Amino acid sequence: MIGYIGKRMLSVIPIIFVATLVMFALIHISPVDPAEAYLTAAHIYPTEEVLEQKRHEFGLDQPLLTQYLHMIGRMATLDFGTSYLTNQPVWTEVAARLPATVELALWSMLFAAVVSIPLGIAAAVYRNSWIDMLSRCISYLGASMPQFWLGYLLIFFFSVKLDWLPVEGRGTWQNLVLPVITLSLVLIAVYTRLLRTSVLEQMQQTYVQYARVRGLRERMIMLKHVLRMSMMPLISGMGINLGKLLTGTIIVEQVFSWPGFGRYFVDAIFNRDIPVIQCYVFFAACLFILCNLLVDLVQLYMDPRISSKGRAEH
Amino acid sequence: MIHTWRSAFRGQYAILICSIIIALFFIVALLAPWIAPHSPIKVDLLQKLKGPSMDHWLGTDHLGRDNLTRLLYGARISLGFATMIFLSSLLIGILVGSVSGYIGGWVDSILMRLCEGIMAFPNLVLVLGIVGIFGPGLMQVLLALMLVQWVYYARICRNMVVSLKERHFIAAARISGSSSWKIIRRHIIPNVQRPIIVIGTLEMGWAIMDISALSFLGLGVQPPNAEWGAMIHEGTSYIRSHPELMIYPGILILIVVITFNILGEALSERYGVTRR
Repeated sequence: MIGYIGKRMLSVIPIIFVATLVMFALIHISPVDPAEAYLTAAHIYPTEEVLEQKRHEFGLDQPLLTQYLHMIGRMATLDFGTSYLTNQPVWTEVAARLPATVELALWSMLFAAVVSIPLGIAAAVYRNSWIDMLSRCISYLGASMPQFWLGYLLIFFFSVKLDWLPVEGRGTWQNLVLPVITLSLVLIAVYTRLLRTSVLEQMQQTYVQYARVRGLRERMIMLKHVLRMSMMPLISGMGINLGKLLTGTIIVEQVFSWPGFGRYFVDAIFNRDIPVIQCYVFFAACLFILCNLLVDLVQLYMDPRISSKGRAEH
Repeated sequence: MIHTWRSAFRGQYAILICSIIIALFFIVALLAPWIAPHSPIKVDLLQKLKGPSMDHWLGTDHLGRDNLTRLLYGARISLGFATMIFLSSLLIGILVGSVSGYIGGWVDSILMRLCEGIMAFPNLVLVLGIVGIFGPGLMQVLLALMLVQWVYYARICRNMVVSLKERHFIAAARISGSSSWKIIRRHIIPNVQRPIIVIGTLEMGWAIMDISALSFLGLGVQPPNAEWGAMIHEGTSYIRSHPELMIYPGILILIVVITFNILGEALSERYGVTRR
């Protein structure tokens, strides 16, 4: 088991390595010269002399391999350079905005779990009933509704028409309600379907029949056995769908003027603030990779059989 | 009652109905210049923010442009570009996937590591990153979505090729002198059709959502062009007085994407394609 954990953890390194390579390649095949982007963002007129000086400062006149190694070395110490726009170190700016995004993401995940776990189980247990239909409708809506549109619809009904909740900003719990609902709908859609499928699958297993034969009550079987096994695909689903959560925060932060990392990223895109873009993309990839690792380890803890039979491709 | 209705809806009928709806949208998109009553970009400030009338069935926007016309033209951009992304990423994916699976060895290793590297990023984050580095604009958005999407086709194709390669009919074809290209074209592509149709249908929905999201952020379609996401963005400034400006395009996105999703699911059930 220890061997499996070690192997799984080591397997992260080449993926992160390739991810940095993809990013490095993107910046270098881009027709945009970082030195020029810097001068534009900083409102300095790009004369040949200044450009040359900036290129030297950014190390753009070095061989590619040196530049790449240099980039990895800096990233390992969380040094993402300074923002072209504000001349502040990127990481300090990000660290200031990260709590807002984490707050939003965690509440959304919690809300999504609270809604989708009962809904998914009920949809599976009362298959083809109205509640199953409801869960189906929610998952189609969640998967097909543009998040920014949902956000504005909620603003329209709850802030403009009913005047119950604030339109934007951060601070009180009222500010959280609409962004969290907007962000979690897509998660609820996915989690509910995942849980419903896996509960249905587990209920077909022989151990359930055996428990029934032993005379255990249906409720006991559900809570003690089926649920535990059914949570596994949900947990791995949470890892895989982290991307949805991340991109969701970008859009929701934009709609509700939430002062988080996602909004900072979008602003950076408009200003061609390459260090910030690089930082966000790298950060997202690392988070994504690490969460999938974490999910695997949690699954291993819940079902130790995995390490002996090897991990199934998912 | 619910059961019969549902099972009917999930099978043949769902596929038929969804295909008809999608076909209608495509027809409207193709014919937009001929059936649209007005110009999509002509500004007429005297007519701005008017309600529905005989001349403007769905009213006008803040620059006096006909809403119905802009919605019709929006279908053109959303569906047209989603189709382009689908076809081009499919082409790249099939090519890379078949080559990778067929040749195997280090070529396969390198190409598959590249796929893993791209898949290590959450999709839209990488798209936004690419757009950020290359600069905003529709072409950049298309390129970025394409660069991200081909990976999925490549992996399906590659896995299918690897499992097919050892089968007897492929060996027979090779012995009887078929070229590699012919084997890929005649034997491998027909076998990967079904999963690709399913993924492709779902991807059309995602692409439409992604394009609209990027346009909403102001990175995709630039004004004055009509695109649903961009129209929602423009409409939000008038959310208090004229909420319908942002509601109409949203409904259309919802209908199109939901149709693609239901179709994708119905097809995957019919073809017995498992997807995650």
